[in-house]
Amino acid sequence: MKRSRIGISAVALLSASALALAGCSASEAPAEGDSAAIITTNGSEPQQSLIPTNTTETGGGKVITSIFAGLVSYTADGDVVNEVAQSIESEDGQNWTVTLNDGWTFTNGEAVTSDSFVKAWQYGALLDNAQSSSYFFDNIEGFSYDENSELTGLEVISDTEFTVALINPEADFPLRLGYSAFMPLPEVAWEDLDAFGENPIGNGPYMLDGEDAWSHDVQIDLVANPDYDGVRKAVNGGVSIIFYTSQDAAYADALGGNLDILDAVPDSAFATYESDFPGRSVNQPAAIFQAFNMPYYLEHWSGEEGKLRRAAISMSIDRAEITEIIFQGTRTPATDFTSPVIAGHSDNLAGAEVLDFNPDEAKKLWAEADAIAPYGDTVFDLAYNADGGHQAWVDAVVNSISNTLGIEAVGKAYPTFKDALNDRDANALTGATRAGWQADYPSLYNFLGPLYVDGAGSNKEGYSSPEFEQILADGASASSVEEATAKYQEAQEVLLVDLPSIPLWYSNVTGVYSDSVDNVVFGWDSVPLYNEVTKG
Amino acid sequence: MFWYAGKRFLQMIPVFFGATFLIYFMVFAVPGDPIAALYGDRPPAPGVIELIRAEYNLDKPFIVQYLLYIGGLFQGDFGTTFSGRAVSDVMAQAFPITARLAILALAFEAVFGIIVGLIAGLRKGKLFDASALVISLLLISVPTFVVGFVLQFIFGIQLGWARTTVSGDAPWGELIMPAIVLASVSFAYIVRLTRASVADNLGADFVRTATAKGLSRRRVVTVHVLRNSLVPVVTYLGVDIGSLMVGAIVTEGIFNINGVGGTVYRAITLGEGPTVVSFVAVMVIIFVLANLLVDLLYAALDPRIRYAK
Amino acid sequence: MPSNNTGRERPGQEHFIASLAETPVAEVDQVDETGKARSTWTDAWEAMRRRPMFWISSVLIFVIVVVAMFPSLFATYSPTECYLKFSDGGPEAGHPLGFTRQGCDVYSRIIFGTQASVTIGLLTTIMVTLFGGIVGALAGFYGGLLDAFVSRIGDIFFAIPTVLGAIVVISVVPVRDPLSVSLILALFAWPQIARIMRGAVLSARNSDYVTASAALGVSRFKTLVRHVVPNAIAPVIVIATVSLGIFIVAEATLGFLGIGLPPTVMSWGNDINQARVSIRTNPQTLLLPSAALSITVLAFLMFGDVVRDALDPEARARR
Repeated sequence: MKRSRIGISAVALLSASALALAGCSASEAPAEGDSAAIITTNGSEPQQSLIPTNTTETGGGKVITSIFAGLVSYTADGDVVNEVAQSIESEDGQNWTVTLNDGWTFTNGEAVTSDSFVKAWQYGALLDNAQSSSYFFDNIEGFSYDENSELTGLEVISDTEFTVALINPEADFPLRLGYSAFMPLPEVAWEDLDAFGENPIGNGPYMLDGEDAWSHDVQIDLVANPDYDGVRKAVNGGVSIIFYTSQDAAYADALGGNLDILDAVPDSAFATYESDFPGRSVNQPAAIFQAFNMPYYLEHWSGEEGKLRRAAISMSIDRAEITEIIFQGTRTPATDFTSPVIAGHSDNLAGAEVLDFNPDEAKKLWAEADAIAPYGDTVFDLAYNADGGHQAWVDAVVNSISNTLGIEAVGKAYPTFKDALNDRDANALTGATRAGWQADYPSLYNFLGPLYVDGAGSNKEGYSSPEFEQILADGASASSVEEATAKYQEAQEVLLVDLPSIPLWYSNVTGVYSDSVDNVVFGWDSVPLYNEVTKG
Repeated sequence: MFWYAGKRFLQMIPVFFGATFLIYFMVFAVPGDPIAALYGDRPPAPGVIELIRAEYNLDKPFIVQYLLYIGGLFQGDFGTTFSGRAVSDVMAQAFPITARLAILALAFEAVFGIIVGLIAGLRKGKLFDASALVISLLLISVPTFVVGFVLQFIFGIQLGWARTTVSGDAPWGELIMPAIVLASVSFAYIVRLTRASVADNLGADFVRTATAKGLSRRRVVTVHVLRNSLVPVVTYLGVDIGSLMVGAIVTEGIFNINGVGGTVYRAITLGEGPTVVSFVAVMVIIFVLANLLVDLLYAALDPRIRYAK
Repeated sequence: MPSNNTGRERPGQEHFIASLAETPVAEVDQVDETGKARSTWTDAWEAMRRRPMFWISSVLIFVIVVVAMFPSLFATYSPTECYLKFSDGGPEAGHPLGFTRQGCDVYSRIIFGTQASVTIGLLTTIMVTLFGGIVGALAGFYGGLLDAFVSRIGDIFFAIPTVLGAIVVISVVPVRDPLSVSLILALFAWPQIARIMRGAVLSARNSDYVTASAALGVSRFKTLVRHVVPNAIAPVIVIATVSLGIFIVAEATLGFLGIGLPPTVMSWGNDINQARVSIRTNPQTLLLPSAALSITVLAFLMFGDVVRDALDPEARARR
């Protein structure tokens, strides 16, 4: 009977690439490091073989974005810069022309051509290939969720040019092209994709260090790709990603000097990591939004009564105190439904005061709701999966609610994520459920569309608002990014009234690094920009 | 003796089928769709989920799933994990590491547990006995993660005598500290058991006879008292193999060891039937063998125990 | 002791033995039949009550049980009223042991946690010892098919990971209280005691006194209960008393995995788990519930020692 929490990263989050600010910081950085030095960092065993269109979690994502280069990549701030693409252009937001730079090759010598992209995308979208990222292609003409269907919207013009026809106009379509699902694949991949997934050949700043670079459940060794000449050129010799099943073990290794960079400080070290690594720690907001949802199918949580109660619950949570004490400042209280690292994030949306701690107003609204239908002594429970390390904040949140509203509020632990998801999918929750979202690519839409549109895959608690969906659609087809941002903010103001989800906070990326490495910068996606790190 | 061992080997067959069936059923009975959960808050398209479910036979009735698994087993196929690896590969990686860890832990708790227990039993009520009691109490009531953390902090980080975590191929030397942590609770059991047995046997007739014969105290203690006190201790060691192997989840986590405990635990939470069942099936065989060994040791330790046929 | 087994005289030999009435032996062997019958168990009681350890441990256990039954007599603050503003606070008036990370009163939580923890520890130990002890004793004593069957079932249960078993049981029995948690723990812990008991019985069953008992015509079952079990029970008591503490800690682990007591039920295990994150900053929130656990285990260990000594006729004779 010696069992523990094993950090099953139940929230299968994924990461997109991050890179240096337009390539200049890499060259300007004091290049005093050893260009052959290998950096060690933490990671987790990829859940699948390394096929870009089938990698949707952080463990594999970290590797994919290091060994592949897509049409675009992202800066530390989440800005988009061209990588393989020379240009991505459209007149109407619906028909796009992609032009590639010359001279890109895969590490086996094959040239990166239009076919490298188009074939990989076709494969990723085809139903029978059962790729977990297939839905990323659902706006390309010809896509089907129900049958095998070619993406007729993709047309190769020449080796360096192809066109994409979308079903609906999408002004910020290029924004998503740095995500791992859109990476190119060499011809050799199609000979035996399973074998390729074990030993992928890419065109990114790093490549696998030989045939057995990936030692399952132990580590994966990457070395700098000498032929890479893009914006993410590595200044070190390579990266060894060591797989950990517990963040505590990784932290101990960092303390013991066996790990250069750690990108996730465990909760047991929240109070001490800054003194353990003086001047060598990072604590900045990440593209991760944390919340909890109340299902619309439950009594008391729909209609006018539901709106009042949702607002009351939201105002009865002291987010500032909880993030300060439970998380020791490693979370940032939420002011909207996205994340501060995304362009267009706002902390002064109309109605955002519902996210402030306001016990008097909370009690008042709760009493108004009681006048519509008495709540009685129903227990308010907040479901979470016990294998994800959520108990501390759940306890603090329910304590805050019960101390403010005087109702009985408790956490409800499910043994596994699987178990919790089952009740969510079956509409069998008895109360609220925790919900989290990490962005795939730096866009406001990515925080809204998949979560609150009726019928979307991750909208499980039954929110449905034609008003919200209309504004969101207007934003998607807006002609300029500014116009789109304004629409997305307006859409969030609807959410602040309806509160389908009670925003809690944005997770920060908390990292530490040893004194043997320098120039450690974390990207918008919480992954360090490995190519810029100097060592030795 | 041969008959006895042979019979025990034959018993393995029904035990094997009973256990695999039971475990497979238990994994099946855990609520939730493993494939949907695999992707967390980010579900793939429904059609994709269905295809993957079919790939792992999860769309078939329980009994078909079980028979397909057993059928594969006879062809040397232990199934695949959700990440597409052959379960046999995962086993080949995890079992040797866990075996090394368990052997070290077993050796530690047996050697030190018996020595401390013996001295405590010989000096019942004296200072040594009281100190042994306090240490045992401490190890029982302070959870393993604290013991592990403290040792890791002192020896791995402060003193730098040992690696903080165990590297991928888990050599013997790096496993010493984890083995001590893993053995700590069992150590407390062994000390108490040995102490009690030794104290009991000190007053037994054969000890008085041996002393009366003029044998040295050392000989009386080691040959007569200790040997006769070992039956419960050996029994305990036999049953402890399981908690040292499957139950090492905490210790494996602290020291980032890629062992059986963590693998099985993760497979359980993911609902990865073939992985859980294959590992547990091997564990069952290890148990049957370990307990057979224990039973044979009984006869060597205690002349009163004889097995008919 | 004279044999009362007179039904088996052999033809042709009876004249070699004088009848009892004709010998003075009868008087020598006279048994005082008016005296109170002394069983192993009454002897044990006589031996126990003379030892101070017995009384010390009994008083401790009594206090623990009273605290478990009436926690509100001992604590004035509610253990569930937690305010983050008190988080990790040190001792102050009315809060002698300070506060947890969540801002709950540590002292109250330990007092209120006694009930669930001690219930689980005791209940599981009793279930495991009774079931495992009986099954193991029968298997060891009768051997053969029964032994094979029980031992192999035990092997299967050993091999089933407790986490898996617990998750399955929890999904079948959705009530999570000390009883259900004890059942889960007992379900996977009984084979240990069974094997220990079986081993001890194997040692004891070929002893002279067992042969003597059989020769005296005492039934097999009575021999087992009266002579074998008291002589084999020492290691079982040791394991049981140590396990009591282990079960209380194990509940914590189950709770941590979301398959133990719900967080709303106070228990030392839950508190130890939650204090995990404070191990470097506020370790007393972890060590204080552990200390309560230690005292409980100590009380039962001492009690077990006394009982064991009392049941062992040789140890008794030495005293």
